[in-house]
Amino acid sequence: MRITALLAGVVLAATALTACGGNSDDAADAKVPDDPAQVKGDLTYAIWDVNQQPAMQEIVKAFNAKYPNVKVSISLAAFDQYFTKLKTQGSSDSLPDVFWMNGPNLQLFAGNKQLAPLDGLIEDKQVDPANYPKALNELYSWDGKQYGVPKDFDTIALWYNKKLFAEAKVAEPTADWTWDDYKAAAAKLKAALGPKGIYASGDELGNQGNYYPAIMSNGGYVIKDGKSGYGDPKSIEGLQFWSDMVKAGYTPTAAQNAETPGRERFFSGKAAMMWNGNWLVSMALKSPVKNDLAIVPLPKAPSGERKTPIHGLANVMSAKAKNPQAAAAFLAFLGSKDAALIQAKAGAANPAFNGTQTDFVNSAPYALKTFIDAAAQYSEPYPVSKDTSVWNKLETDEIAPAFGGDKPMSEVGPAVAAKMDEALGKEK
Amino acid sequence: MKARRADGSWPWLFVLPTFLGVVVFYLWPLLKTLYDSFTETGPFGGSTWVGAENYSTLIADGEVYRAVVNTVVYTAIVLLGIPLAVLFASLLNRPGLRGAMIYRTLFFLPYVALPTAISLVWRIIYNGEYGVLNQALGVLGIDGPSWITEPWFALIAVALLGLWMSIGFNMIVLAAGLKGIPGELYEAASLDGASRVQQFRSITVPLLTPSIFFLSVVTTIAGFQLFDQLFALLGPTNPVMPKTQSLVFLFYDAAFVGNDRGYAAAVAVLILAVVGLLTLFQFRFQRRWVSYD
Repeated sequence: MRITALLAGVVLAATALTACGGNSDDAADAKVPDDPAQVKGDLTYAIWDVNQQPAMQEIVKAFNAKYPNVKVSISLAAFDQYFTKLKTQGSSDSLPDVFWMNGPNLQLFAGNKQLAPLDGLIEDKQVDPANYPKALNELYSWDGKQYGVPKDFDTIALWYNKKLFAEAKVAEPTADWTWDDYKAAAAKLKAALGPKGIYASGDELGNQGNYYPAIMSNGGYVIKDGKSGYGDPKSIEGLQFWSDMVKAGYTPTAAQNAETPGRERFFSGKAAMMWNGNWLVSMALKSPVKNDLAIVPLPKAPSGERKTPIHGLANVMSAKAKNPQAAAAFLAFLGSKDAALIQAKAGAANPAFNGTQTDFVNSAPYALKTFIDAAAQYSEPYPVSKDTSVWNKLETDEIAPAFGGDKPMSEVGPAVAAKMDEALGKEK
Repeated sequence: MKARRADGSWPWLFVLPTFLGVVVFYLWPLLKTLYDSFTETGPFGGSTWVGAENYSTLIADGEVYRAVVNTVVYTAIVLLGIPLAVLFASLLNRPGLRGAMIYRTLFFLPYVALPTAISLVWRIIYNGEYGVLNQALGVLGIDGPSWITEPWFALIAVALLGLWMSIGFNMIVLAAGLKGIPGELYEAASLDGASRVQQFRSITVPLLTPSIFFLSVVTTIAGFQLFDQLFALLGPTNPVMPKTQSLVFLFYDAAFVGNDRGYAAAVAVLILAVVGLLTLFQFRFQRRWVSYD
């Protein structure tokens, strides 16, 4: 008898455990009251980059100067576990109140009703989308509503090592370079530096840094209207460019990159150039070759076009925030010019708020303005769908290893497109 | 008996914390996983019953068979750590050995270090172009492979790391077992003229069988849970991963990359079933070789 009673108690306790947590007011139309002193409570703010934690703490401090009655605690999780953790928290209705979001996960979280839309904040002019690059507002919108306040952004440019170019007696890249120039220079660099174990390109064959820009520049696409673009002839040409680079021995293979990432080769003087983003600035400044580096815009596709994907993080708010008012106030502050300037000064990220990037541009002697101009002049939204991670895995498993292989991209591309379309068809 | 009855419900109260812990943290998740494996569950919950669909996908999935083979190969290699540890432990147990504590500490060190940290160090050792291992092989005139990016080499590299990490724990267990062997047995054997090797084979090994049995059960279970070394040593974007992934890696992939928790639960149930069967099998067969005298 007693055991039965005990078991019943246990079951009850378990039910209570699973039941608690939810059951709070809907945060969807949260607005910020006019009097900051009225906003009270505790908030958790989840982020994944330890390098940016000091800047985030600064921002919290500045926020508290305006809203003294809100206590914000920052919770840090490494990126590899960050979204795993958030998904687990989301399934038990215990997401942090405000947290960092990236493009590939936005629709997954918004589509599963985990995020609060910004409608109320935008209506009240607490957040004005006009302050951020348009592509980022689009990236953080789902089903006609915006969910994220853009925090920072990154684009792609051509990094190169001036000293290695001089050593190989090859003319330095210019903004007028085309893919053919890139290949021709790679051939000369390989001839001169190859025997010393130095690669012409330290390209990592990644989607964002390498084949997305190539596909977009060439007039192809990755995803459009819920369909894969990997079967498109223009996209295939973009992929083929990288496959040729690997096949000629200018760029290390995907396997070599898994062992020694291209950026490590580049920043230790073992590769002469690479397509990569502005997130590497702090790594560049710590590298032994920091005085030899330079940046120019990406080479143009044969058509004369040049494109880069633009990606950035955003701050979002949980749909079940325990304290919607305080969370909304904090979110609005994170999107403010003040917060952007604090970030820029810390140098850890390039703020998304238009016109606040000067401090970032001055943080290194590498023509960092290239990245800002790229965003304004030739950027395209980062390709995402609701279940981005599913086809991102197809990309890592099937596209990158095929570069330089025996199968032409005209076979690999359509095969990936078929699988990707199947995955996209399962999204709902 | 009567005296016991008089204890009333008090004993239960003392057991309660552990009992609750087991129910909430083991029994409940187990049942929930079993249930989930028959549903389609998204990344944030919200499940619909689909019957045995996940299991039919599982059977049709070629990746699963490869993962089973990989996991078995890994476990088999790590099991080799047990005979090695028996050898090392008995060498360290020799009376009058100088610096035994130092050796013991050295052998045990890998066990207390973080697996992820160790894996990152071994990534550098294994590096095909710059790694210490291939530099050393180069001195011997051997052109070493790219250890962590070639299919079978990568799996062996992960398994060798697992073996190296397991020896410390194995040795602690075996050292305790060795202490339990009465010294008179060796004295008697020496008087009868048995050599050291004969003593090792006829006294040490048979009397260690309970410890060896315990280790083989524990190592098999741990082997089937291979994930962190694989993830940290090879990296999730390594092109070799589809060919070296373990069952738990497949589970992780389904749950957190594919956002298909129902299927992930089915993989978890498969792992549980395989481990359960193997353990049962080992217990069944221990009578033939384990001596508890």
